[in-house]
Amino acid sequence: MKCSRRNFLKKSLSGAVAAGLPLAAFKFLSPREAHAAVKEANLRWAFIVDTRKCVGCGLCVKACKKENEIPYDVPLTRTWIERYIVTKDGKTTIDTPKGGRDGFTSKKVRGEEIPDDQITKAFFVPKLCNQCDNPACVQVCPVGATYQTADGVTLVDRKWCIGCGYCIMACPYGARFFHPVYRVAEKCTFCYHRIKKGMKTACVDACPFGARQIGNIKDINDPVAHTILTERVAVLKDEYGTKPQVFYLGLDERVR
Amino acid sequence: MKNHVLRPLWVAILLVIALLVARKLYVPADFGINGRNFTYGYYRKASVNDWKEFKVKYKGRQYCKECHEENFDSISKSKHRIIQCENCHGPAIDHPDNPEALEIDRSRGLCLRCHADLPYPGSHRNDLPAIDPEEHNPDKACADCHNPHKPDLEG
Repeated sequence: MKCSRRNFLKKSLSGAVAAGLPLAAFKFLSPREAHAAVKEANLRWAFIVDTRKCVGCGLCVKACKKENEIPYDVPLTRTWIERYIVTKDGKTTIDTPKGGRDGFTSKKVRGEEIPDDQITKAFFVPKLCNQCDNPACVQVCPVGATYQTADGVTLVDRKWCIGCGYCIMACPYGARFFHPVYRVAEKCTFCYHRIKKGMKTACVDACPFGARQIGNIKDINDPVAHTILTERVAVLKDEYGTKPQVFYLGLDERVR
Repeated sequence: MKNHVLRPLWVAILLVIALLVARKLYVPADFGINGRNFTYGYYRKASVNDWKEFKVKYKGRQYCKECHEENFDSISKSKHRIIQCENCHGPAIDHPDNPEALEIDRSRGLCLRCHADLPYPGSHRNDLPAIDPEEHNPDKACADCHNPHKPDLEG
């Protein structure tokens, strides 16, 4: 090809345009990133549990069971409280009578009393579904009955669930159980019917000590997002890669 | 055309069509991955509405205040102001229409949730006023001496 003046000018002009294009123009957005760019999608529910504030009263468990129609006398709960007692011999004793529904009113742990002078520390840890970013329970569902909503809450379609129980086994946190009335998998919904109406979850409202908080982690002005950003928070079983969205303040290494 | 190769081919094509038709009929319209991959993205949009329409039972203290402002004010001055009305009085669902539906918990167990003595170092439980339920008037109701809306005996 002859290198005419016209050709030379054309080539150098297109070369300059190509060099001027930023690399970002060629980047492929994942569907999630494209979705997040839309303003209405800037909502992701997250939860904070402050274990230092919890006194083990169990009012959250009671409120949750009544709000969400979980049979009251059956020992199944969407949220529960664990009591950890660390004794001088280095042992940790853990119990959760009825999921903490009636609070912790006795020093007896599974029928045995631990003498006060043997206790080095003891505390309560409320637990609930972690509404993981990578939910193992959704991954294993063979019929696609459980799913993650756009705002990050994992729900179960009661009409579609076949009750195989794979998700109950897959959850590393033991947050799922079998609903004895509907005969399908059951789990914490972050009180989806309440948060969608601008209310707090039943457990957050019931807690007298403010040990539980729910908010939008994508909103910088949200107090929950602010706490997660600025304070030292931990999650449960990080090593499983499930990216849990329930953050704990004052978490002890013994909590599993 | 009669051909031993084409005949089974027609059967296979018919089977595929039958499968596609059955799939179209049986898979709900809202079934899809909607934005994420097949690993995590199963998404049933109609079910989201089912959950949104679930009935709210706990209405919150502002709802109680609309009618019971006196009681609201009395507890607002006490240390028990951090406790929601419905924690002791039961969920407010249907209450204005059917006042009997409210199950008020007057048991000792309710107070003991916070005030049974558990001397746990490092726990906030340790900071609350506490009694030994087996020694502190075991056969009496707490409300006989303590007003839950004004828990300090002096007040």
